[in-house]
Amino acid sequence: MQGLGIHVLFEGINFQRLLGGLWVTLRLALITIGLSCVFGLLFALLMLSRKPAAKVFCRVWLEIVRFMPQLVLLYIVYFGFARIFGWDLDGETSAVLVFTFWGAAEMGDLIRGALTSIPRHQAESAAALGLRKSQVYRYVLIPQTLRRLTPQAINLSTRIIKTTALVKMINVAEVLKVGQQIIGQFYRQPDAAFWVYFVIFLLYFLVCWPFSVLSGYLEKRWA
Amino acid sequence: MDWSFIGAHVPDYLEGAWVTLRFGLYGVLCSLAVGVLCCLVRYFRIPVLRQVAAGYVELARNTPLLVQLFFLYAGLPRVGIRLSAEACAVIGLTFLGGGYMAEAFRSGLDAVDRSQAEAGACIGLTPAQNIRYVIFPQALATAVPAVFANVIFLIKETSVFSVLAMMDLMNVADTLRTGGGRTVEVLFMLAAAYLLILLPVSVAATLVERRLRYAGFGDSRPV
Amino acid sequence: MSEPILRVQDIRKSFDGSGVLRGVSLEIREGEVVVIVGPSGCGKSTLLRCINGLETIDSGEIRLHNEVISGRKKDLHLVRQKIGMVFQSYDLFPHMKVMDNLLLGPVRALGRPREEVEKEALQMLDRVGLREKADVYPRTLSGGQKQRVALVRAMLMNPELLLLDEITAALDPEMVSEVLNVVIDLARGGMTMAIVTHEMRFAEAVADRILFLEDGVILEESDPETFFHSPKTERAARFLQSFTYASRRDGAEKQSKNNPQG
Repeated sequence: MQGLGIHVLFEGINFQRLLGGLWVTLRLALITIGLSCVFGLLFALLMLSRKPAAKVFCRVWLEIVRFMPQLVLLYIVYFGFARIFGWDLDGETSAVLVFTFWGAAEMGDLIRGALTSIPRHQAESAAALGLRKSQVYRYVLIPQTLRRLTPQAINLSTRIIKTTALVKMINVAEVLKVGQQIIGQFYRQPDAAFWVYFVIFLLYFLVCWPFSVLSGYLEKRWA
Repeated sequence: MDWSFIGAHVPDYLEGAWVTLRFGLYGVLCSLAVGVLCCLVRYFRIPVLRQVAAGYVELARNTPLLVQLFFLYAGLPRVGIRLSAEACAVIGLTFLGGGYMAEAFRSGLDAVDRSQAEAGACIGLTPAQNIRYVIFPQALATAVPAVFANVIFLIKETSVFSVLAMMDLMNVADTLRTGGGRTVEVLFMLAAAYLLILLPVSVAATLVERRLRYAGFGDSRPV
Repeated sequence: MSEPILRVQDIRKSFDGSGVLRGVSLEIREGEVVVIVGPSGCGKSTLLRCINGLETIDSGEIRLHNEVISGRKKDLHLVRQKIGMVFQSYDLFPHMKVMDNLLLGPVRALGRPREEVEKEALQMLDRVGLREKADVYPRTLSGGQKQRVALVRAMLMNPELLLLDEITAALDPEMVSEVLNVVIDLARGGMTMAIVTHEMRFAEAVADRILFLEDGVILEESDPETFFHSPKTERAARFLQSFTYASRRDGAEKQSKNNPQG
């Protein structure tokens, strides 16, 4: 075969296959982000609770997540849980479990940070206007919390999307795997690998970059 | 838990840890250099280079290291650029980390009031002296927490080096796991190894940040 | 009379199309204290900032000792070594102790020996009553103390001209005089200065000459006696009047002297 190897991407349905592979990780990321928001809120409430045990629990959880590479956590769940608990989890389930374990803690910490960042006198002056407690939250505290939280939460989401690429390492057929298959089929096109990996690189960028821009924009606007 | 197995394989892990740590450190140091460079280029608004730096930072921050490594290690050789696994590791981590460090330094610089630069200029400092004595020390103090967070992040990311042919911690663990079947012990040691590497970094980060806070030369600004 | 130290000729400067300085000329002679007054936004601060190159000018020329300094880029720091400037916001370097703030310019920019400057710095600190503060970080100082340190920092460069840009505007009222007394002391010592201020009584006390700036042009130039008691232009009179109103609300003891037409 002659010419630039980029043409292998346009042979048959190769490009669709690649996008399909990307969707595998994106779907995992979306599920993870959704679950992280839900559990993150619980995590934040737990962190803010007055019970010392709850605080210690959250602290330890957060530290584990901060110290352990996500890949190590993936290995522990994917390879380890079968041995320890006899649970034979497939790659995608392991991934959602691990990334949510990580994402919920990070999201929880962001929510906690956003909640506590609002100066006390905001609530006080709202109360001084005669607002009921629910109104204080509805009109003053929650809007300000969301403004602070949203850009950071979007940032975390792009990190989650990038991190889901790791599922390649526990045998999930995601975009890199599909790419390898394509390269394998076109082994006579020597520079196919270059173009396939380059395009995957660009695809990730095209997915993540808009989120970064949005996050930066919101941060500036709501600063 | 089979402690004799663990004891017997400590040396393997030490070697793996040394590989992880060494290349992680090279990557971190190069990232710092690239980060400072990008930041200076943008601060002095050097035409062309400044746009290049901005584009690079976006690319680096919005693509997964795993994909970057695949491109470097499996893609580039097909167009005649052959890099050793070690070179790929350092280049990949630097590519990723440089973008993150640049952002950390930039936020530090942004935190320094523009009038500080004017005050420096008004006592006759050259632009270089101004950066060296007035701007940079203040920017660095603000950037330190983010820089340390990046160091921890980058060392965690080294786990992805396992796709390269090098015996880092992940590959040591993987080899033992597939060879001997002692999955639980293997993963336990893996997690412990990362903990032992990252704990000192985290402690150092806390100490430095506390020192900077106590020195507290700056006006207290909310974080 | 001696040659002017500074000669500003018909300078113009606009931001985003709106003219802030619309043809300003002035001269400052050695030992002279020129005070520039005018309503907010009239271009006073911009004028000072143009003089030491913090802002570029669109047209016109600025000469220091007959040497053109406007439009220079490369060796601007050499010009600034001769022109000192103090701002409203003090701008001490927060990461350095007071003494290091003072030494930075003379030692690094001028390359003078540290011990020699240190001795001089202590004398100057003594003169402004802050000798015991040499070893503290700026954040522990009050606004008035910070501003006195900033003045000393500028003076230690032995500038030929000192620019003061509303140096008391950020201060609590009770700290204003401690700073302005230092300036008056400098004026007595023969320091050449261009001062932008809203303190009219201080202006009257310290100025050899008053420039009244409005909408980017100098509308009136007189000695303080004339300016404050029988201003030539109607606009200057109205400007001065506005202080009278403000003074009456502040309290009775402040009025009288500033009041031009009763």
